[in-house]
Parts: sequence; C-alpha cells; structure tokens
Amino acid sequence: MLWLLFLLVTTSHAELCKPDAENAFKVRLSIKTALGDQSYTWDTNEEYLFRAMVAFSMRKVPNREATEISHVLLCNVTQRVSFWFVVTDPSKNHTLPAVEVQSAIRMNRNRINNAFLLNDQTLEFLKIPATLAPPTDSAVPVWIIIFGVVFCIVIVAITLLILSGIRQRRRKSKGLPEVEDAEDKCETPITVENGIPCDPLDTKEVHLNEAFVPEGERLTPL
Amino acid sequence: MEKARPLWANPLQFVFACISYAVGLGNVWRFPYLCQMYGGGSFLVPYIIMLILEGMPLLYLELAVGQRMRQGSIGAWRTISPYLSGVGVASVVVSFFLSMYYNVINAWAFWYIFHSFQDPLPWSVCPLNANRTGYNEECEKASSTQYFWYRKTLNISPSIQENGGVQWEPALCLILAWLVVYLCILRGTESTGKVVYFTASLPYCVLIIYLVRGLTLHGATNGLAYMFTPKVLAGGRILTARLEQLANPKAWINAATQIFFSLGLGFGSLIAFASYNEPSNNCQKHAIIVSLINSATSIFASIVTFSIYGFKATFNYENCLNKVILLLTNSFDLEDGFLTPSNLEQVKSYLASTYPSQYGEVLPQIKNCSLEAELDTAVQGTGLAFIVYTEAIKNMEVSQLWSVLYFFMLLMLGIGSMLGNTAAILTPLTDSKAITKHLPKEAISGLVCLISCAVGMVFTMEAGNYWFDIFNDYAATLSLLLIVLVETIAVCYVYGLRRFEGDLQSMTGRSLNWYWKIMWAGVSPLLIISLLLFYLSDYILTGTLQYQAWDASQGQLVTKDYPVYALVFIGLLVASATMCIPLAALGTFVMRRLKRGDAAPVA
Repeated sequence: MLWLLFLLVTTSHAELCKPDAENAFKVRLSIKTALGDQSYTWDTNEEYLFRAMVAFSMRKVPNREATEISHVLLCNVTQRVSFWFVVTDPSKNHTLPAVEVQSAIRMNRNRINNAFLLNDQTLEFLKIPATLAPPTDSAVPVWIIIFGVVFCIVIVAITLLILSGIRQRRRKSKGLPEVEDAEDKCETPITVENGIPCDPLDTKEVHLNEAFVPEGERLTPL
Repeated sequence: MEKARPLWANPLQFVFACISYAVGLGNVWRFPYLCQMYGGGSFLVPYIIMLILEGMPLLYLELAVGQRMRQGSIGAWRTISPYLSGVGVASVVVSFFLSMYYNVINAWAFWYIFHSFQDPLPWSVCPLNANRTGYNEECEKASSTQYFWYRKTLNISPSIQENGGVQWEPALCLILAWLVVYLCILRGTESTGKVVYFTASLPYCVLIIYLVRGLTLHGATNGLAYMFTPKVLAGGRILTARLEQLANPKAWINAATQIFFSLGLGFGSLIAFASYNEPSNNCQKHAIIVSLINSATSIFASIVTFSIYGFKATFNYENCLNKVILLLTNSFDLEDGFLTPSNLEQVKSYLASTYPSQYGEVLPQIKNCSLEAELDTAVQGTGLAFIVYTEAIKNMEVSQLWSVLYFFMLLMLGIGSMLGNTAAILTPLTDSKAITKHLPKEAISGLVCLISCAVGMVFTMEAGNYWFDIFNDYAATLSLLLIVLVETIAVCYVYGLRRFEGDLQSMTGRSLNWYWKIMWAGVSPLLIISLLLFYLSDYILTGTLQYQAWDASQGQLVTKDYPVYALVFIGLLVASATMCIPLAALGTFVMRRLKRGDAAPVA
C-alpha cells in the first residue's frame, strides 16, 4: 500500500516536472566559465540551495507566502549543468502559472545570481529575459565638459594672440607714422630702437642675425 | 621698394612644415589598404619606383618654383607667364574645396577624443532598447563600433536625398576644429612655424608607441604574416606576392596616384611654404628628405596597421569559435569546459555521427570561423580609422589611453595638413596688395576660416557624410592632375627649362642635376598624362556614379545611384577648378588686347 502511494507520488512528480512540461523552466549554469579554478561541483546540496532560492523568490509574491522548498521540483539534471524545474502549489498536484514564477525570478534575479557567485550570462533561465542594467548616465555628458575646457583654452589663446598683434602694430605705427605697415616681425625691434626707417637694409637679409643689429645701430647715426 | 617677406625662423621649420603637410591621414588609412589589395610586400616595388620617377621630381619642382618666385601660387604662376595665372587660381580653388571638407575629419577626431574619457568606451557596448530587455536593434545587426560611428557620430540618413538638419554636436566640434586651425595660422609663418614642430613630430611618437603595443598584441603576427605571404585565390591558385602583382597595371596606377596625392602636389601649399624660404635654401635636399620621410611613414604606418588588423582578426576569430563552442555545449548539454578550440573539429564529427538529427538542426547556426576571412576585410578611409581601429582599441587593456593617443595622432596629422591647405589659400591673398591694404592679416585669416566653417556645416547634416564622400572622391582628383601637368609644362616649355635652371643656379649656387631635367621635361609629364587618361576612361566606362549608403534596418552599407543634382554638382566641382586655367588665359588675352588701345573691337 505504502509502496503504491510512493509510486503514485513519484510518478505524479515525474508528470509535473519534465522537459517542456507546462510551466516548467530550463536553467543552465556555466560554473567553470564563470569561476575557472575556483568553480564548485554541482551536487545535490547545490540543488537544495537552488530550490531554496526559488522558494524564497516565490514567497515574496503576494498569495504565495506559503511556498516551501519541497514545492520546487528539479529534474533532468545534465552534465552541462542544466536542469528543468517547476513550482507546485501546496497540494502538489498542479504547477504554478509560468507568469508568476517568471516575475518572481525576475524580481530576485540578483539575489539568486549572487547565491551561486554567477551572473546573468552564466546562470541562465531560458525564457526568462534578464533586465539589463541601465547605463550610468551622468547629468552632463562627459564629453561636453572636456569640449568646454578645450574650447575656452583655444578662445583665450586666440584673444591673447590677436591683442598682442594689435599692440605690436600700435607700437610700430607710433614709432614710424610714415612707414607703411609691414607684416614683418623682424622689422619691429630695429625700427623701435632706432626710430629711423631702415627699409634699405631690409630687402633680403631680414632674418634676425644678432651680428648685424649692433652693426646697424653703429651705422645709422651716420 | 620691396616689402619684406616673412621668413621661416630656420630651415628646420620649413622641413617640418612640409613633412607635417605631406604626412597626413592618407599615409595612415590609404596606403595600408593599397598594400593589402596589391600583394602586400610586393606593392612596395611600384611604390618606390613611382616615388623616384614622379614624387621627388614634382616635389622639387614645386618647391623650386615657390622659392624662386617668392610668392603664393597665383603670383608665382603669373610671373612665369601671365596667361598661366589660372593655374594659381585653380590651385586656390581646389585648396578651398579641400579645406572645407578636410576639417570635418578633425572635428570627428575631436568628437572621439572627447568621448574617450568614459568607462566603458561608448563604442564598445550597444545601448539598450526601449524596454531594457535587449540591445538596440540597429546595433545588434551591425556592430557597436559601426553603430557609434553611423548613428551617434554622423546620425546618417538612409540616402543623400534626405538632408536632415544640422546636428549640433558635430557642428560644435567643427567650430572648435576651425578655431584651432585659426589659432595656428593667426600670425602667419611666425605661429605656423612653431606649431609644425608639434604636428610633425607628435604623430611619430604615437606611431612608435603603437608599434610597440601593436607588435606585442596577441595575434599581431597573423596580420603581419598576411601582409607579406602569398595569398590563395579561389580555385586554389596561389597568387605569388612577388611576380604576378607586378604585372597588374592597377597596382602601378594606384602606386602613382598614391604618391601623387600623398605628397599634396598641385594645391599650392608647397609653393606657399617654399616662398617663405631664404633664396639660398637648398630645396633639392629638402625635397628628397620630405618625399623619403613621407614614404617611410606610409610603410611604417602600414606595419602598425597590419599588426592591429591581426589583433582584431584574431580576437574576432576566437570570439566566433567561442560562440560555436557555446552553441554546441548548450544544444547537446555537454559538460561546461569540455569543448575547446583544439578538439572542436573532432567533437563536431563525433556529434554528427552520434546524434545526426539533432546535429542537423543546429548545423545552420554554426558559423564557419575563418581567420583569413577576418583578415580579408580590407578597409580604407574613414571606415578604417573610425570603425576598424576603434574595434581593435576597445579590446585592448586601458583602452581609454590608447583611444586618446590614437585620435590625438589623427588630429595632429589632420591639423598639419590643414595648415598647408590654409597657407595655400592665404598666401596668395596676403600677397595681393589690394586686400592687405584694407584688412590686416588676422582678419583675412579669420574671414577664410569663417567662410569655410560656415560651408562646412553642410557636412554636419544627416546626409553630410555622403556629401563628404563626393568632395573626397571628386573635388581634387582630376583637377590636381591637370594642374600639375600644366605646371610642369609651364616651367619646362613656357618659362624655359634653361632659364629656370639659370635662375636656380644663381639663387642657390648649385647647378641642376641632369636627372631632374629629364624627369621634368619628359618622364613626369608623360606619367601624369597616362594617369589622367586612366582616370577619364575609368569615369566614362563606369557609367553612372554610385555611392555607399547606410541602411539602418539591415545594419550595413548598400550601393545607391547618385541623383541627378548630385551628378551635376560633381561636374561643377571638377569644372570650377579646371576651367580656371583656360578662362584666366582667355581673360588675360582679352585684357592685353584691350590694353593695347586698339580702337578696333576684339575679333
């Protein structure tokens, strides 16, 4: 009699949890990929933890606070590691609707991942899409800040150069009101120092050679 | 009374200016592509031959003309012959077109630099879709780097007809790029001379750093080996990377074209730079140095590029293998970590024989991963710089640093070339007394920058990249060949080779080598004529012109035909530069006739 009852329970369990059963989900773990040398072996204790986590997630759903670990059934564990699971109601005759299980798992995905030291990619619930982390967006995009800094530096440099150019020109025109404005930088020191037009000296060798400047200074009073 | 002309502070500034101008983006993103297309190491043979036959003589010619005439391109050619001032005008027009679109590249480089200060790099991850369950669709179909380039940077429209509005982000970067250029050319040779120390030398520092990093990357040797080893064509015929490619006329034509455009001949920039030289400057030595350094940089850059290619291809290949392994592991519930790249083939055949039906279901999804196919993706131009390189960079450690370095190098190369371009436009303008009487030098530079920037806003629109491609492909190619051809003929036959030789001798004190005389009078013009004929016949034979448009729904480029108004615009681009030459000659002819004071009307 007891043996018959046992057989009944196991077959009913087998009926509830099998691949592609109604309201069943397949889970896939890639422990070696995630942890490498520090990976643990998947054994019945780990399965117990899994069932506990699923039960925990279900207990957070309103109306399902009475879910126990024994209500979570696992089957078809492969070497991969992958398996199927279902959550049954307290009577153990029906499985809970997939939508409820899905939303419960989604809400607590982070806790489940952390319990197994895995992440969304290495602990996969097929048919339960993960909520991807939102990108961290600062209030002001970073690039605008750097752009602003470079922009200001360039504007300041341009302004400085233009102002110094205007100042140089004003100094030159004050020293030589009759000489035409020449764009040559080399002329400026000579004209300011002497106050005498030195165009005849300027035709080719304008290249500032210190050896010539004192020579010019000595000659011009003549 | 001769107005004193500003000079370079020392000859080194002149050499650096020429190097900074000649060594540009083409060395980094066109030469490696050509190397890959035409047989790798064996492409160097036509390249070096063309350098000696065409590059060095024409470069020396332009520098000598500039140094002798001591004026910008318009004045120089007017001095050679009043009927040929059109050559100078054409140079200025082409330089103007170039500066309009070239600075957009610098704007993009700025954009990428500013975005490199984030972790993770924005082009390494796809953004999420609306309900955060997956990634953006366009990004999934293409790749994250392509998505960032086409959607976030360009925000490209599906075709050239759909203009869209001006995008404010690239527009800001373009304004900044023009401000930086203005800052560098503000004071003429005084400021340019100092800036070129940086723009010429910094790219080499970055290239050396990248060479060291590139050669130590995993898989770099694959890329280098690919560049230098024979390739197997379809049908198993091995294309010896030695003899057969030499017989391919396209290799020679592309080598000649690359040398020609890489040195930046015909824009008037070299004439402008040389006009600020001392008359006794040894420009022959400088011409040889600049052309050798330019070619050496191309080869150096292609070694770096190929090691990066190798790294990227190996990375993608290993990724592909890992995806196949994951697929098989999941479908057959094999133990995690059991499948490795080394036993993949064995296990595949085992699975095929043991579970034939299941294997048959999975088979369509299994991709054939091939390292060769990954290496074969030859890319040039903006695609190489902003898509392929960024893809390789995002997989390196400390990718922010490598990204900043790389785009900083692109920026230096681009700004160096821009300095030459703007010099080509500004030197004739500042030479003209009519303009300098009313406006100071700073204002003229500012006006040129402002106008170019305003027109350049076209390239920041959604369809802007298509217009950019039009300018890139057609604005300078044919016009330059014609300009340089007329230049060579003008110096040798209109001005007279002997007269020019005498001028050079009295100016520098060195006699002209017979080699240059033969090249200028005979070989180089013949080469240019054959290049011109090739280009013209190519355009005519291809029939209607097409362009590559980005299709967001498929996540890839598709070929489309240009609309009529675009074709008309292309024609106008080419005509506006080339027509300057005959029009100016005609104009001078008419003016002279009128000036002769004949009462009779011009016949």
